[in-house]
Amino acid sequence: MGEYLVDIKHEKLSFFTPVGEVKALNDVSIRMKEGEVLGVVGESGSGKSVTAYSLIGLTAENGKIMGGEVNFNGHRVDLMSEKEMRGIRGKEISIIFQDPMTSLNPVYTIGNQIEEAVRIHGDKSAEEARERAKELLTLVGINEPEKRLKQYPHELSGGMRQRVMIAIALACEPKLLIADEPTTALDVTIQAQILELMNDLKNKLGMGIMLITHDLGVVASMCDNIAVMYAGEIVEYGSADDIFYNPKHEYTRGLLKSIPKFQEKEYSKLVPIEGQPVDLLNPPKGCPFAPRCDSCMKICLREKPESIDFGENHYSRCWLNVKDEYSGGEKS
Amino acid sequence: MLKYIVKRILMGVLTAFIVATLTFFIMNLVPGGPFLSEKAVTPQAQAAMEAKYGLDKPLFMQYLTYMGDLLHGNMGLSIKKRGFTVTDIIGNKFPVSARLGGLAVLVAVMIGVPLGSVAAYRRGKTLDNIIIVFSTAGIAIPSFLTSTLMMYFLSVKLKLLPSLGLDSPQSYIMPVIALSLYPTCYIARLMRSSMLDVIGQDYMRTARAKGVGTFKAIFKHALRNAILPVVTYLGPLLAALMTGSFIIEKIFTIPGLGHEFVSAIPSRDYPLIMGTTIFLACFIIMMNVIVDIAYAFIDPRIKLK
Repeated sequence: MGEYLVDIKHEKLSFFTPVGEVKALNDVSIRMKEGEVLGVVGESGSGKSVTAYSLIGLTAENGKIMGGEVNFNGHRVDLMSEKEMRGIRGKEISIIFQDPMTSLNPVYTIGNQIEEAVRIHGDKSAEEARERAKELLTLVGINEPEKRLKQYPHELSGGMRQRVMIAIALACEPKLLIADEPTTALDVTIQAQILELMNDLKNKLGMGIMLITHDLGVVASMCDNIAVMYAGEIVEYGSADDIFYNPKHEYTRGLLKSIPKFQEKEYSKLVPIEGQPVDLLNPPKGCPFAPRCDSCMKICLREKPESIDFGENHYSRCWLNVKDEYSGGEKS
Repeated sequence: MLKYIVKRILMGVLTAFIVATLTFFIMNLVPGGPFLSEKAVTPQAQAAMEAKYGLDKPLFMQYLTYMGDLLHGNMGLSIKKRGFTVTDIIGNKFPVSARLGGLAVLVAVMIGVPLGSVAAYRRGKTLDNIIIVFSTAGIAIPSFLTSTLMMYFLSVKLKLLPSLGLDSPQSYIMPVIALSLYPTCYIARLMRSSMLDVIGQDYMRTARAKGVGTFKAIFKHALRNAILPVVTYLGPLLAALMTGSFIIEKIFTIPGLGHEFVSAIPSRDYPLIMGTTIFLACFIIMMNVIVDIAYAFIDPRIKLK
């Protein structure tokens, strides 16, 4: 058994599409200890979900891991057969998705779907599974579980359905819960409730959570560490404090600037990050963020920045951090 | 639910009435009559026969008489099959056609649904391509060709199967294959396209994420969501096949209803034309009601109102 629950080393993953190879992950390394909450932040297409899906073996058919290792709990997940993977999915790693409205099967009752998750790993009888399903519904804060079990997904609200998804994910008490933008499709008030629930459950059950989001505000309150992803790379990684108070990458700074702040004057404007995300069909030679970066230097367009450590648990890939060491430090 | 069914049945009765009325007048608009093919009929004899069947009265009177009888469940005497009532003919011939057609539908569903599901799951792969090619061919090849070929090789050359009648279980094999080929292929294609749609849904990803195996994912999670188009098709299909196919019955010399249905028309056997048409209409209406009720059982989001 390895030291880390999740240990992804230099993962490269590409999707093969009719128009060419899309390099979705480019040397991604992630480590998580047991019980750790890791926030993975980045905009659409930055590779957040792809990283998580490769961990649970749900990568789309045209995706292929081109290099590196994906370790979970000391096992090479990337080398496992579909059958071996099935033994891990739902048992050791669970996942909840963005859209609770479409993630539950419309033609089966809630009870049926939770019980299935309970019974698939292990040998519980139908009655035991039903008891467990009731227990799980109570755990995720749904009252009248007896009645809910007999209902169909369309009879429940969005927040309620996401609770059911969480109940399904927790059925076998996994070591890791991947939450893929779990609150994006929900109302703001419900968002807060779901996050609170996940925080509670983490404290109760002690599982690790990989929280994928594009909303830094969501990760601030509950994450131990945060990985900021851009164009299939982790551009900055650090503790939540590091990321919020001592960001070392222009992209992270840009993300922080685009969060609304209520203390400031009413008319202070939000600062967006200008430009478009890079095209991963033809990734640039230098730093992928360079074309959108306000502090872009000549070297940024020429060469990829190496990762630079700032203490044990904080690193970033940005040439600005080593500006003084290079003579080409002038703006391009 | 009950209210819905009663409403549908009442509407069905209205539809059947309209079908009966239209058929009656259109049938009489077609030139000719039942006794024209009889040899050397004297005008007196013809008049006597017409009087016997009430054909001498004005058309509207004939219509009223027919509808009045129909309300009492009396569909009249066949003109060509002397001594048989239309009810007798349908009662004798329908079970033969229904057994054959029912078997064919069963075969079509049992083969078409898994075939289409597997093709969707293996989309773009060799197996999918094979299934697509065969199902396209199966739709394109007419049943008289497959029947004749089967008959030539299996009955004449190899002498494995009887070539006519429905006297033994083996004699069902060829007609059932010939009848079910088209619907099997059609269902496979319907199933494939709706399955493809369902496989891409988020809840299928949820099922995989739980650790559900492929077989169970397809046949538990996807099938029930994807089967609705097939169920829709089954209504008219059951009606069409169970009331008999003229071609298949003709080729395999099967005494079924399909044969009566078609041969009644050129012989201007008015009561039999009316009887078989109304029977088919009622059958289709009934099947459609059953399909609608089946919907509600398959998909809980569908409410019958």
